Amino acid sequence: MLVTINGEDIHFSKSLTISDFLKEKDIASDTVVVELNRQIIPTEAYENTFFNDKDSLEILRFVGGG
Amino acid sequence: MKEHHAKTIDNDLFEVGGKILTSRLFIGTGKYASDDIIPQVCKHSGACVITVALRRVDFHSKTDNVMQHIPEHMQLMPNTSGARNADEAVRIARLARAMGCGNWIKIEVITDNRYLLPDGYETVKATEILVRENFSVFPYINPDLYVARDLVNAGASAIMPLGAPIGTNRGIRTEEMIHILIEEIDIPVIVDAGIGKPSHACQAMESGADACLVNTAIATSDNPVLMGEAFADAVHSGRKAYLAGQAVTQQWASASSPLTGFLSSLEKNS
Repeated sequence: MLVTINGEDIHFSKSLTISDFLKEKDIASDTVVVELNRQIIPTEAYENTFFNDKDSLEILRFVGGG
Repeated sequence: MKEHHAKTIDNDLFEVGGKILTSRLFIGTGKYASDDIIPQVCKHSGACVITVALRRVDFHSKTDNVMQHIPEHMQLMPNTSGARNADEAVRIARLARAMGCGNWIKIEVITDNRYLLPDGYETVKATEILVRENFSVFPYINPDLYVARDLVNAGASAIMPLGAPIGTNRGIRTEEMIHILIEEIDIPVIVDAGIGKPSHACQAMESGADACLVNTAIATSDNPVLMGEAFADAVHSGRKAYLAGQAVTQQWASASSPLTGFLSSLEKNS
């Protein structure tokens, strides 16, 4: 399964949820916003939203800015 | 035209975007050598509005979460920096709101990389869409009267004209145009960008600007906490001067001391 996350193509051998991915990367789910195929996913849906082949994800957070 | 009111600074609260603010100094979170200092800057500047940007998480480096440094009482103003057109600004605004920190959004639509000047046409388009989606919209603009009027019609909460290009610290180079906006536009005018030192902020406030947004000048100072305090004083002072009403400028001298009752020797010599 090939998923594009933040512009980078990543291969996954098993199916996983947004929650699984964030945990793997050690990122607290309440510090990010996730867009899956241009649709914003509510935080409470991370646990049961699975990645599918050719999905495109954007995972963003607030950073310093003016 | 806005009129001077005989009110004191004590009850001079600033109402904008559905909030009542106790400070007319807005600050940013970019460019700090260390974000650890942000809470102290918030405290000493007295600011209650703070800007942030939205970016992709970098999975290859462990980056600090700026939000952990922003005191809870602060009103967050995410910006749409990185947007090159109205659609991108709208997309970023929706994502920012999904972070759950309120409905304020500072629109920045920029394609020019040298001067980072905002695109007024795309900014108006984004504002129209986001106001319909119940955002409180704060557009960053060139001080252009027609763009400002379009933004008023679109339902913007305020306008944020630039004093000089972002991060240049060159002061209120657009002063005459900002004066026109202050006179003609009936929503708050928040001067943003180019403010390099407290006297610049004071100058904007003396002219009747409703607030100032300062990032680089505080964040890149050797002592951001002290500089935040200095900006707070300047904004406060400029606001007081505006409320008090400035003296008229004249070409010729006008004595402040009486011109009669001199000592006789002085009268003979003068």
